[in-house]
Amino acid sequence: MLIAILTGFIFAILLFFGGKRLVINKLALLPTLIPLGLFIYFIRFIGDISNQNFIYKTYEWIPSLGVNLSFTLDGLSLLFTLLITGIGTLVFAYTSSYLKGHPYLDRFYAYLSVFMAAMLGLVLSDNLISIFVFWELTSISSFFLIGFNNDSEASRKSALTALGITGVGGLLLLAGGLVLGNISGSFSIAEMLGQKDLIQGHEHYILAACLIFGAAFTKSAQFPFHFWLPGAMKAPTPVSTYLHSATMVKAGIYLLFRLSPLMGDTQFWNTTLMIVGGITMLYAAFHSIFRTDMKGILAYTTISALGILVFLIGLGTQESYLAAGVFIIVHALYKATFFMMTGVVDHQAKTRNVTELAGLRKVMLPVAIAGILAAISNAGIPPSVGFVGKDLIYEGTFHFEHSAILLTILAVLTNVFISYAGYVAGIKPFVGKLPEKFEKVKFPSIFLWLPPVLLGSLGFIFGLFPVLIQDALVKPILWSIGQDAAEVHLKLWHGFTPILGLSALTIGAGILLYFLLKPSQKLEHSITRFEKISPKSIMEGVNTVFMMFSAFWTRTFQNGYLRNYVSTIILFLIMLMGFTLIGGTTYHIDYASFAKLTIYEIVILFVLVFAIGLIVFAKSRLAAVVATGIMGYSICLLFVFYSAPDLAMTQFAIDTLTVILFVLVLYRLPKYLKLSDFKVRIRDGVLSIAFGALITILALEVLAQPVNSEISDFYAKNSYLLAHGKNVVNVILVDFRGADTMVEISVLAISAIGVFGLLKLRLKSVERYQK
Amino acid sequence: MKTLILRTASNYLLPILLLFSIFILLRGHYLPGGGFVGGLIASIAFVLHAFANGLKDTKKLLKFHPGFLMPVGLAISFLSGALPVLVFDEPFMTGLWMHDAIPVLGKLGTALFFDIGVYIVVQGVTLTIIFTISESA
Amino acid sequence: MEFLLAIITGLLYAAGLYMMLRRSLVKLIIGLIIISNGANLLIFLLGRITKGHPPIIPKGSEVFTEIYADPVPQALILTAIVISFGLQSFAIILIKRAYQAVKTDDLDEMNTIEEDIR
Repeated sequence: MLIAILTGFIFAILLFFGGKRLVINKLALLPTLIPLGLFIYFIRFIGDISNQNFIYKTYEWIPSLGVNLSFTLDGLSLLFTLLITGIGTLVFAYTSSYLKGHPYLDRFYAYLSVFMAAMLGLVLSDNLISIFVFWELTSISSFFLIGFNNDSEASRKSALTALGITGVGGLLLLAGGLVLGNISGSFSIAEMLGQKDLIQGHEHYILAACLIFGAAFTKSAQFPFHFWLPGAMKAPTPVSTYLHSATMVKAGIYLLFRLSPLMGDTQFWNTTLMIVGGITMLYAAFHSIFRTDMKGILAYTTISALGILVFLIGLGTQESYLAAGVFIIVHALYKATFFMMTGVVDHQAKTRNVTELAGLRKVMLPVAIAGILAAISNAGIPPSVGFVGKDLIYEGTFHFEHSAILLTILAVLTNVFISYAGYVAGIKPFVGKLPEKFEKVKFPSIFLWLPPVLLGSLGFIFGLFPVLIQDALVKPILWSIGQDAAEVHLKLWHGFTPILGLSALTIGAGILLYFLLKPSQKLEHSITRFEKISPKSIMEGVNTVFMMFSAFWTRTFQNGYLRNYVSTIILFLIMLMGFTLIGGTTYHIDYASFAKLTIYEIVILFVLVFAIGLIVFAKSRLAAVVATGIMGYSICLLFVFYSAPDLAMTQFAIDTLTVILFVLVLYRLPKYLKLSDFKVRIRDGVLSIAFGALITILALEVLAQPVNSEISDFYAKNSYLLAHGKNVVNVILVDFRGADTMVEISVLAISAIGVFGLLKLRLKSVERYQK
Repeated sequence: MKTLILRTASNYLLPILLLFSIFILLRGHYLPGGGFVGGLIASIAFVLHAFANGLKDTKKLLKFHPGFLMPVGLAISFLSGALPVLVFDEPFMTGLWMHDAIPVLGKLGTALFFDIGVYIVVQGVTLTIIFTISESA
Repeated sequence: MEFLLAIITGLLYAAGLYMMLRRSLVKLIIGLIIISNGANLLIFLLGRITKGHPPIIPKGSEVFTEIYADPVPQALILTAIVISFGLQSFAIILIKRAYQAVKTDDLDEMNTIEEDIR
């Protein structure tokens, strides 16, 4: 199973190395074999799964953190893997024709494969941490796919918005996972299920639920985070088909589904989901009727459908789970059909504006069939599978324990809008008189029209024989979330029930609306007026304020002047340490020790002070360099006095070399100018003196503490016995800590190479640029 | 600074300083000194020579670029550390010692070769830096 | 003496910082040198100073018989001195190259020039 997940990643890497020649030429269809193979691989599990033989596999990853790659293939995962690989196959094939000859086709396939692999990993993982990793991978691949037309600014912006929102959602998922892991002591969902009561009774349950909601709502484009999805329609149509209707956006739904047996059945969980889902489905469905861009219509209906799913999960009854499970299948089938059909229209007729499109059935009949099939399934007209799905939704709301009427009205309204939008997108472009400008539209290639027709027909096959999906997919879904599925019988005809009436009402109202309301720019305009108060604009406003703030912050603190960085850091340090030291120091000056001072010491100290003063106030470079030398030699003498002959020798040699170095470059170096004005110098002087005082106090504080000389004693004691050397400093350097010295001389060598490189190897391009 | 006195002096100073640097290097294990100081003194000797006679003469004297000293020294140091691993199956940097002391040097061991490596690297580094700078300055 | 040395160390740090805060490139390097000397002295001082007893085992004996100066800070400083030479020379050359490239010694001006190039 790990190999199945990794296939996509491996393939993407292979494409990176040799993809260009391979894919762009005749073999554009080759990548299709990957999802196809995976589809065949996963479909073999249907037998096991429908007998409730779920499959578990664990690979250890970071055992010390409890992060394992544990995979579960149960009903829910199977449904998603089949959607991912099945629709993936069609999308890959579709792409080969849709982006035929595109110079970056290989790249596109690589992104798609990465996405597919990440998505598979996401739905198969049992561990919340690995779910998070795959979750973010889908966001990242989605970012690249949305921004695929990277020369368009709108594309890039949409990609960033999508990445921002879904990426933040991913972080919330990580946080939520950590909270849950903390409560239960495990990151495995399967293990957590055994501790349901502990989790639900825990004081952080609400927090965990909120974090999970944040993740699911951002990924699945729930109100008020929905706006990234219409923006994501800037992506090439195969991407919209694959990521933004069939699979990725359902990741949030998947997460809620997966966690509902663990976290569900509480007031907070159910109410939140119902409210958010309810608002989303109605809001988006209402918006969809004003759009004129086919993809825009589809984007909003997708959001609405996602809202329905969240809403159904929120109802939390066996019926509603059943409805949600079926609706995932239904929606994936017809929405992918819609998108592919839209892509063909766009590809051939070069427009997606429904107000212009008409009569296209005359030039591309199969596409028209696909569109009509999708529209029928979307509207829930029998005998499509959409009818079965819609029935179940109504069952779910109608039999809910309280406010059933209100919920049902909500569902009906949403469905009316959605079916109207479906007619506009799926039927309108193909009926009526063919405008002159579309007469020359060419017939699309088979890889463009076959996938939508296949998917559309599948919607009818499943509608006529719902038993096909009932045992293989629907029942296992319910089992995998711990619901009873024995009584599930999907059928087309239930007899004359109130539900049938509701369905009829929906279909009728949708058709009526289609004839009453014609999509037009004016209509679209009427809704864009409210754009100012939409969540998108608010979010963008917040974003602008944030950007302004960070720009201000950066200008203030990250201004690129080394001095300012240094002063800020030092100032902070002084305040921090000064605050601690304010309690008073413990050092007492031992005046008696001054008596022991020899004349040499006093002279050296005076020379040092003099040298330091000379450096600071020197007017010329030469004076400063000389003073630096004096300072070095004085310190060297200090080392001589205080029993450090090795240091004295080294310091002497280095000091000599430093002076030589300065002499060599001195006259090539810039002149010694006084650039700062008086005020700045005073400010820096005060800061420096404060810093020096801090160091002095610090040193005195340390000196007042007792010495711990354990290490030194060890070295001193064993220097001769173990290492046969009597100069302990040298023994430490070449023997006890020899490895450190080894690294140190390497560093020295690197600095020498750096100097050599800087001077001898000029950057030719830069110099040419300057000329 | 190419005065006659300095030039003449440097011609004598160079071998004496080099000898002195080796002396400092070898006695490092028992008395103040060692690879670092020794290497620095040796490079000062060459720099002094370069000051007096010009860089070209010094380079001619050296016959090769001082940069080559760096890998050589690093290799010696590393090998002296790796020798116990390769030959005696002991951990890296284990000190190996000969049983009998040699006059002047005292006991001979891998630590001395390590120090010789340091000596060579320090010389290579210092000379590379100073030569490079004085060439392009 | 510790007290006086602590003050000297503080003075070195203060001077080093002051030089680093100047706009002139050369002063920056000198500041760097002073601060590294100050750091050496600080380490040396914190290892406690001892007069006249270098950490060298006297002739004839195998272990120390009297007090001795702490060898560990000395070993640390020894490497630090040599390393700082590498660092200084690298910094000097870096500055020289930067000066050649943008023809200014003023760190503030260097900033603006860099932005212009970009």
